[in-house]
Amino acid sequence: MQGQRTQDGPDSADPIIEVRNVSVTYDLEHRDAMVLDDVSIDLRRGEILGVVGESGSGKSMLANAMMDAVEEPGITTGSVRYYPEDGEPVDILDLQPDELKKFRWEEVSMVFQGALSSFNPTMSIRGHFEETLEAHDYDVEEGMERARQLLSDLYLNPDRVLDSYAHELSGGMSQRALIALSLVLEPRVLLMDEPTAALDLLMQRSILSLLADIKEKYDLTILFITHDLPLVAGLSDRLAILYAFELAEVGRSEQIAHNSKHPYTRALLQAVPNLDAPTESMRPIEGTAPNPAHVPDGCHYAPRCPLATRECHEEKPPWIDVDDDHRSACFHYDEADDAVPFDLTEVNDA
Amino acid sequence: MSDRATPAGTAPDGAEDDIVMSLEDVSVHFETEQGVVDSLFGDPETVQAVSDVSVDIPENDVLALVGESGCGKTTLGKTIIGVQRPTSGTVAYRGQDVWDAKDGRGDVEIPFDEIRRSLQMIHQDPGAALNPNRKVLTTLEAPLKKWEPDLSTEDRRARIFALLDRVGMEPPEDYAHRFPHQLSGGEQQRIVLVRALLMNPDVILADEAVSALDVSLRVETMDLLLELQEQFNTSFVFISHNLSNARYLAKEAGGRIGIMYLGEIVEIGPPEEVLNDPQHPYTKVLRWATADLDPTAQEMRDPPVRSIDIPDPVNPPSGCRFHTRCPEAHEVCTTDAPDLGEGAATPGDRYTACHRTDPDHEYWESEPLDGVETTRSPALDD
Repeated sequence: MQGQRTQDGPDSADPIIEVRNVSVTYDLEHRDAMVLDDVSIDLRRGEILGVVGESGSGKSMLANAMMDAVEEPGITTGSVRYYPEDGEPVDILDLQPDELKKFRWEEVSMVFQGALSSFNPTMSIRGHFEETLEAHDYDVEEGMERARQLLSDLYLNPDRVLDSYAHELSGGMSQRALIALSLVLEPRVLLMDEPTAALDLLMQRSILSLLADIKEKYDLTILFITHDLPLVAGLSDRLAILYAFELAEVGRSEQIAHNSKHPYTRALLQAVPNLDAPTESMRPIEGTAPNPAHVPDGCHYAPRCPLATRECHEEKPPWIDVDDDHRSACFHYDEADDAVPFDLTEVNDA
Repeated sequence: MSDRATPAGTAPDGAEDDIVMSLEDVSVHFETEQGVVDSLFGDPETVQAVSDVSVDIPENDVLALVGESGCGKTTLGKTIIGVQRPTSGTVAYRGQDVWDAKDGRGDVEIPFDEIRRSLQMIHQDPGAALNPNRKVLTTLEAPLKKWEPDLSTEDRRARIFALLDRVGMEPPEDYAHRFPHQLSGGEQQRIVLVRALLMNPDVILADEAVSALDVSLRVETMDLLLELQEQFNTSFVFISHNLSNARYLAKEAGGRIGIMYLGEIVEIGPPEEVLNDPQHPYTKVLRWATADLDPTAQEMRDPPVRSIDIPDPVNPPSGCRFHTRCPEAHEVCTTDAPDLGEGAATPGDRYTACHRTDPDHEYWESEPLDGVETTRSPALDD
């Protein structure tokens, strides 16, 4: 398996969704464009996993592939397996359309950024809840009771919100209403793709702290996709860093923030404008990310990486276990901290 | 600085020489849109986007305005660069009232056209600010053709290429012949910046100009703004909802951060003072909202506000406008509006519009509002 980031066995005892060798390609006229390249990761039952990547890194593709929701003509390959609490595992990519419809919302549901475009402007918020419950043959009265509870868990006034139309609510309120809607069928997993990106920081952070509460109360597993590393660092149990369509590093949030073993993650940490860091310590990442139709043969980060050797340009680095439950896809992981110095403790003490 | 420097004698006295823009007691109100039926019943509702703000922009300065959406930061920014006419108060460019110049009222020392050119703006979404059917060169030539018609084609292009080069778009000839869709978001933003700089402006309003960019591009773009500020002596009014970005720019430039809430500036001053030692409870809330990179330092506690939604700007709360959400509000805050105090318009010290900064205020004797936890005396307050 040299040079491949293949993974056959489980990497954790109790995954709820197991993603193995998932790639998404678009067949262009002359060559294939790879927008997700051989990604393997477990979403563990009960965790909050933060997936961080810049725009165009393939992070939304990952969420879409996990729901088998990649739009035509994109082709998803690999396997995505869902493990219900009891019962047989389900291969999501093999589901029939009607099974898939049931699976989405009832088992795994998804929240995107921009709630306004997720709601039908001519239907009240109540209408959305009722329609969702009816479409899935749930008891509407019982479901609406749950809806009211969810709305008030999210600091919303249920009566006022249910009677409103989406345009009558502020961005933060409609985004919270959308989160409540996504939970009304009691899914086990919530996939969130930049759910707060269009909102103010204060609202973003408020929603995140509400999410942490809701996750505990309803016993959820959450995958949170964002470009904003500091935003999810505190919320997530683990972080997965995506660069140019492949995973670069996966580990516990503290490990990634304090002791990253991948030059891209370290450069990203350095580049993030941070309130506490001395402004001199922030620097941009040189170069640009590769185009999906021309991804490098070896490590995708090699063209921008200060550590890149010939090996990096020619061969794809495999996963290396750099610490307990902490993996980096870098041949030179042990030199990363010298090459890209970043010390969070120093930064915060400054 | 430029060949069209200030005409002599426009500044009333020497002390104000380097003040480019001066706003005094400026308010901007908007009437909300009404349907036909609504308009039959009563007057339209008024949104107070900006209330009674005084602020000066000196030469070569950075003012970063921070606040939640709807706090009026964009409206204030547009008022500063003379795009938005204030409902009341005065806006002056080097001593000349901007709207008098526009309307031809009184003795106009600086013509409106010249003021207009000296105050430029770059928008949040560079893609939308560029004509998709025009090549970069055509877009950049347009303002020069209008304002400097005597310039030969060669000189015009030389000037454009030199600026493109300056903002790191090399080779400029190549970039000049591209269409906007052939540029990345960061490159589009630089084109918009070049277009503003071609007018050799005194003040550039950058409205969320880096928020839409990828994290790794933000510092780079802000560094570019800082570099240009130094080279061209341009002042920036930088609008952001992100404290980290605002801090970076304001600190590096030695400028100020102004925190806005519901149309008012509630705290203003040097970035290190405002952010490291915030005095206004709202600034503290924004500070909380700015995530720390260190996961162990971040606890996912509840937001330190009594309500996470902003009140309707049509009916802003009485007294201190923050009292409905403030974790420290007392009875007196519902009736008595605090102000920033004298001298807050000019750079220098930090000013805070909160009764808590006055140890003798009746606030300390007043009852806490419902949901406000404890009363702390000023001595015990950290």
